[in-house]
Amino acid sequence: MRSKYEIFKIGIKDVAPHLLSVFPFGIIFGAIGIELGFSPLFTYATSLIIFGGASQIVFLQLLSGGASSLIAITSVGVINSRHFLYGAVLSEYLQKLSLIKKLLISYLIVDQGFAVSNQYFKKNPTEEFNHYHLIGSGIILWFIWQVSTIMGIYLGSIVPEELGLKFAIPLTFIAIIVNELRKFDHVLVMLVSGLAATFFYNAPFKTYIIISPLIGLFAAMVINKLKK
Amino acid sequence: MTWTSIFIAGILTYFTRMSMVTLIRKEMISDNLRKILNYVPSVVFPSIIFPGVLLDDFGTFVSISDPKIFGALTALVIGFFTRNVILTIVSGLSSYWIVIFVF
Repeated sequence: MRSKYEIFKIGIKDVAPHLLSVFPFGIIFGAIGIELGFSPLFTYATSLIIFGGASQIVFLQLLSGGASSLIAITSVGVINSRHFLYGAVLSEYLQKLSLIKKLLISYLIVDQGFAVSNQYFKKNPTEEFNHYHLIGSGIILWFIWQVSTIMGIYLGSIVPEELGLKFAIPLTFIAIIVNELRKFDHVLVMLVSGLAATFFYNAPFKTYIIISPLIGLFAAMVINKLKK
Repeated sequence: MTWTSIFIAGILTYFTRMSMVTLIRKEMISDNLRKILNYVPSVVFPSIIFPGVLLDDFGTFVSISDPKIFGALTALVIGFFTRNVILTIVSGLSSYWIVIFVF
């Protein structure tokens, strides 16, 4: 049985490679906020209060483009609705915790942390303190996101745009799912949701980001029915 | 006004994070549902990857020779065979840069 601290450190270690893309993305975000004409405090507040990379960019872009707050807020909600799916997956492993602990840990649920901690949970479903993995991966992601946002705010575009570092985001997600390519049903489901996302990309309010996973899950259901 | 909207957006986002964690209990998840939930990473991440690689900032298709396509394919192949996250990201980025800066 591993101790809390050991599992916490494994969480940090497992998510560390993804900081390669989270860090520049945070700097880019901070710089974008200032470029769009928002104050440092306002730009940073989104990282602390919303804490969801892509949704923060869309939020500031919409507001600066003159969209109503309602539209900006709705878009943030839609983009972040994928957390419902993460929460549903994680609920099983967090069930034993008290409500307070659940509420605190929930703040830390983000894409990369969910991905690596979910993998750890699947391998170690019975570890008493396995939620410390999610705390470890979540806290380091949170910390790096806050620091990199502030760096972007004050140092501006120190990351040259020609480097195209926004591309590191799809790459970090490729690294997350590449192992599942060994399973044919997963490959099918990935193709379905990926193509659906490309097709629905221009749908209003960025709804592609939740429509396509749901289409993918439906495909998974059909595939599982057919396998029987 | 806009400050209020940050807080509302924040509360909304927090709700997407905490709702399922606090509401769902094990008994509510059937074996079938658990099987389907297994696919969550495989449906969410491609929904971000595909448009991120295949489309440009304006939502139109990039050309087949776009550096992003080359970078993504390199990352896929390297990731598949090495199972190493750092190598996947680094190989994808460096092949992307080679196409941009060398060719």
